Amino acid sequence: MALDPGLVGRSYPPSVVYEVGREKIAEFARALGDDDPVYRDTEAARAAGHPDVVAPPTFAIVLSLGAGNVVLEDPDVAIDYSRVVHGEQKFVHHRPIRAGDRLVATASIEAVRSVAGNDMLTTRVDLATEDGEPVCRTSAMLVARGA
Amino acid sequence: MAAVVRRADVEVGTELPPQTSRVTRADLVRYAGASGDFNVIHWNERVATEVGLPGVIAHGMLTAGLAARAVTAWAGDPGALVEYSVRFSRPVVVPDDGVGAEVVVAGRVAALLDDGRVRVDLTVTSGGEKVLSLARAVVQL
Repeated sequence: MALDPGLVGRSYPPSVVYEVGREKIAEFARALGDDDPVYRDTEAARAAGHPDVVAPPTFAIVLSLGAGNVVLEDPDVAIDYSRVVHGEQKFVHHRPIRAGDRLVATASIEAVRSVAGNDMLTTRVDLATEDGEPVCRTSAMLVARGA
Repeated sequence: MAAVVRRADVEVGTELPPQTSRVTRADLVRYAGASGDFNVIHWNERVATEVGLPGVIAHGMLTAGLAARAVTAWAGDPGALVEYSVRFSRPVVVPDDGVGAEVVVAGRVAALLDDGRVRVDLTVTSGGEKVLSLARAVVQL
């Protein structure tokens, strides 16, 4: 079933606060085989001009994956999750995510398209501190392959 | 925060140091835990083949994360990567042979932008095939 173009612009309530932990950042960097000390050593991060250890640029996916699920759970978004593949991903960083950040994720629907029987849904997730400072904007384009 | 590479040091065509990574099933388990993406196609051969894949495939964002690592290592600061976009064009199949798959990242400066920013275009391959297309990073130098 094709997605309703009227869904574009729909926004969802903000998530609960996610507190970024330094161990989680280190775990993520390790999973990428990245041994840059700015991901695990506060002194190295400060020497590089950061207030604390920072996260790799794709760490935002940890928050946006969870926040994006609210869209897939929307009963109006008729998409067969078992046929979904990740088509595209984009990050726009206002500043690096860092340890101690208390972030709120707000999901919205950026675009819907149907091409050759495949539904394409672009979900946007805006990450900001609980005080409202914008940190990162992510967009995920999901493709539901036609049955 | 500041990149180590300076704007004056680069021009269109400047190449990033090439990067080769090996991805094994153990790496997929590690990335699943770190990212929270526990989709079974990234660890269960039976389910992966049932849904029509050639086998267990790497998380697209693991491949994209490895490619971003090549950019931040070159720039000298993760904070320098201000925009990053990828299209997942082909899955990276990771065999259960203890050897895994190779992910090769090449990059070059493709455009000089305003405010000391440059656009880096990445070519990311596995087994000689492109696995990401339109992989682009905007780097603040």
